[in-house]
Amino acid sequence: MKAAVLQFPGSNCDRDLAVGFRRAGFDAQLVWHKETALPAGIDVVGIPGGFSYGDYLRCGAIAAQSPIMRAVAEFAGRGGHVLGICNGFQVLCETRLLPGVLMRNSGIKFVCRPERLVVATVASPFTEGYTLGDQITIPVAHHDGNYQIDDAGLEVLRAEDRIAFTYADNPNGARADIAGVLSANRRVLGMMPHPERAVDAAHGGTEGSALFASLAASLVAA
Amino acid sequence: MKARVTVMLKQGVLDPQGAAVQSALGSLGFEGVEGVRQGKVIELDLADGTTEAQVGEMCEKLLANTVIESYRVEMGPAGKSA
Repeated sequence: MKAAVLQFPGSNCDRDLAVGFRRAGFDAQLVWHKETALPAGIDVVGIPGGFSYGDYLRCGAIAAQSPIMRAVAEFAGRGGHVLGICNGFQVLCETRLLPGVLMRNSGIKFVCRPERLVVATVASPFTEGYTLGDQITIPVAHHDGNYQIDDAGLEVLRAEDRIAFTYADNPNGARADIAGVLSANRRVLGMMPHPERAVDAAHGGTEGSALFASLAASLVAA
Repeated sequence: MKARVTVMLKQGVLDPQGAAVQSALGSLGFEGVEGVRQGKVIELDLADGTTEAQVGEMCEKLLANTVIESYRVEMGPAGKSA
């Protein structure tokens, strides 16, 4: 199993995300944003957290236009798996691979702390290793994590069971407490919390591990 | 020639930065500020002949996220500023 982790100027969770993949058995390699193609045989693309292009213009907006993201969009279009975390979630929304948008936290402040998430669906390659309704603790660290979507879009997410995680205690004002959403084919996940920061006991918790393990198990089964 | 693009959050979209500015104005003693919206202005220096439609396309593709933002384009001669 091979994972590609993208690197933009300003990414800062790229190596952590690669570690998350490696611990679940992936061969993970870093891919520079100027590349126009993904390495051969990639099973999953990880878009890491950070501040791509310094969050200029809007979070994720400039990264969304980078050469590698054209290749990622094509990969997702062919049914490839994509995991976007934090800034990666913002990039996925800006490329319209996921619906909605991440806005400034409603409390304006940067929020950096462990948060309890509720597993809102287990019907996805990323979440099938959890139990529906389970609460897990995963750190958040963001200034623009306030997920917003219009009524019609929210209705679609609910009807299609595409809300992956919700916050038990909403830290940013996100609509319907949404912390992570899936694409229509369930193979693209964007989430604000950082599962790669909860894969080692030294992190203070390991409840992010199941996400990477789920994905690995699902790819092996496929 | 120049174009000035004004990007604003659409009406009805919560603007936490605008709300913070409004509250700060209130605490400075300015009364009667009933609303503040904070947006951004992007000035483009363009080759002669660039059309307003092309600037509109720039807005749609990059400068504004039309899910939450509206934009206004003003085309003007070089060097014009208020």
